[in-house]
Amino acid sequence: MLPIVNAGRDTGYHAPMSGEMIGDVEALAARVPDGAKVALVKTTGGVPMTLVRALIRCGVRGLHLVCVPTGGLAVDLLIGAGCVETLETSAVTLDEFGQAPAFGRAVRAGSLRLLDATCPAVYAGLQAGEKGLPFMPLRGLLGSDVAGNRADWEVIDNPFGDNDPIVCLPAIVPDFSLVHARTADRHGNLYIGDTREVLLMAHAARATLATAETIVDENLLDDDAMRPGVIPNVYVSAIAEAEGGARPLGLPGGYEVDGEHLALYANMARDETGFSEYLDEFVLDRKAAAE
Amino acid sequence: MNATQSVPGPESNLVPGTKEGWRLEELLIDRIAGLLEGSRHVAAGVSSPIPGSAALLARHLSGGVMRVSVLGSRNLQSFTDGGVEIFDLAAQGRIDAFFLSGGQIDGAGNINLVGIGDYPRQKVRWSGSFGSAYLYYLVPRVILFRLEHTRRTMVEQVDFISGPGSSPDNVYRQGGPYALITDRCLFAFDRDKQRFRLDSLHPGHTLEEVQENTGFEFDVAQGGSSPLPTTPGPDASRLALIRGEIAAAIADPYPKFATEVLGLEGNLT
Repeated sequence: MLPIVNAGRDTGYHAPMSGEMIGDVEALAARVPDGAKVALVKTTGGVPMTLVRALIRCGVRGLHLVCVPTGGLAVDLLIGAGCVETLETSAVTLDEFGQAPAFGRAVRAGSLRLLDATCPAVYAGLQAGEKGLPFMPLRGLLGSDVAGNRADWEVIDNPFGDNDPIVCLPAIVPDFSLVHARTADRHGNLYIGDTREVLLMAHAARATLATAETIVDENLLDDDAMRPGVIPNVYVSAIAEAEGGARPLGLPGGYEVDGEHLALYANMARDETGFSEYLDEFVLDRKAAAE
Repeated sequence: MNATQSVPGPESNLVPGTKEGWRLEELLIDRIAGLLEGSRHVAAGVSSPIPGSAALLARHLSGGVMRVSVLGSRNLQSFTDGGVEIFDLAAQGRIDAFFLSGGQIDGAGNINLVGIGDYPRQKVRWSGSFGSAYLYYLVPRVILFRLEHTRRTMVEQVDFISGPGSSPDNVYRQGGPYALITDRCLFAFDRDKQRFRLDSLHPGHTLEEVQENTGFEFDVAQGGSSPLPTTPGPDASRLALIRGEIAAAIADPYPKFATEVLGLEGNLT
């Protein structure tokens, strides 16, 4: 699906010098195939909610969702809509609006493959991914049921120490990091400010699909003040404009979370009927979703 | 569950019979600040207004020497490397104190933030472990904080260990539980015995009541017939400090808490 322009081995990483402009968020969402491993940032990091709603409308199935390092509304919606097969996360929560209802139902029904983690383990796995390393060691974890339930984690003896067990976490390499940026430019660069976990996600993933509040003509890398907060286009496959693309969640440097809407969701999603009604009203109805 | 506690509305928790009329939250802020004394750097997690306020009070009492990082705040932390930075700092030994909570906490100091029942298909599922499976090992003074002290929360054995209270000798472990403070009392954690010791009862609470509401066995400070100390509440000047300077500072991440609980008045923006 992704064009590979690589004289060497095909590692699945997307072509350099891309950052293709796509006119439509639906077309961006359609690039995510069933079964893809997809990374989403935590609720406060600028979640691409418009893109997530489009994904649900596409009817994507079997996703391996990596929460960086936790999830909220977007993750609960994707789970409730039946898009997720595997959930890798340190937590899912609606924060002050309570527990994530669709997540809780899916756990009770046993319909999710759960990879419970801890926040720094998700970061460390992505760091291994961005370095092209097979694994990253991490302190803590030993003797916890978090580690005890992760068959994919291995305990080794520190090769530089003496009787010093340490947990090794395999690299997390998402097929796609889904990102919402404050600003994109025509060259495919994305300004994400100091939410550096989003930069990490882009580094680690084979491809990044992005929405942006606005797309500007000038090159973001020309501004020394912005440059450290830019995801350069080498990582970015495609971009679509989506004003308010993180709503009803907030966007750092942009807008605040819409607490009334979160309360409405928490209330409606308490049972499956209400969740379906929420989907009908705010996700599946394209006109309503675009408002 | 990540030290997230719902805060009761105004008028609740006024301690009867005290002329100052301080609230439970204010006693906790004052007492937790005492537990933080001597720390160089205290971090408080998201959704933790009481620990955050306590850290700011401790900083004030240190004459500004103590560094405080309140996660989720714009002005009360100076991280520039994203979410990973707090964990990197902890691993380097740059964080001396942190706060954790648990849907369940047991007598060995194990905490459970994941759920009740057999994992993974649990009948009650909470958010998840957040950073606990890591920070519990690396931060020297972890203060466990839970505003519901019942047999539902203080259990004999947790259903899922997000973080263990202690580890075998060969496990790299610089930190762990230091104290457990609830709405009823204050426990210290004895790392040698790997169990809690009841150190003081909050005003109006009794040993019998704590025993009734605790699912695990614990030691009691001062054996014999001498009475257990009462957790001291804040004096008038401390209370004024909490309701003034501390309330104004904690309003950055927690405006609702600052106004509704600590009575901060005026325009917060």
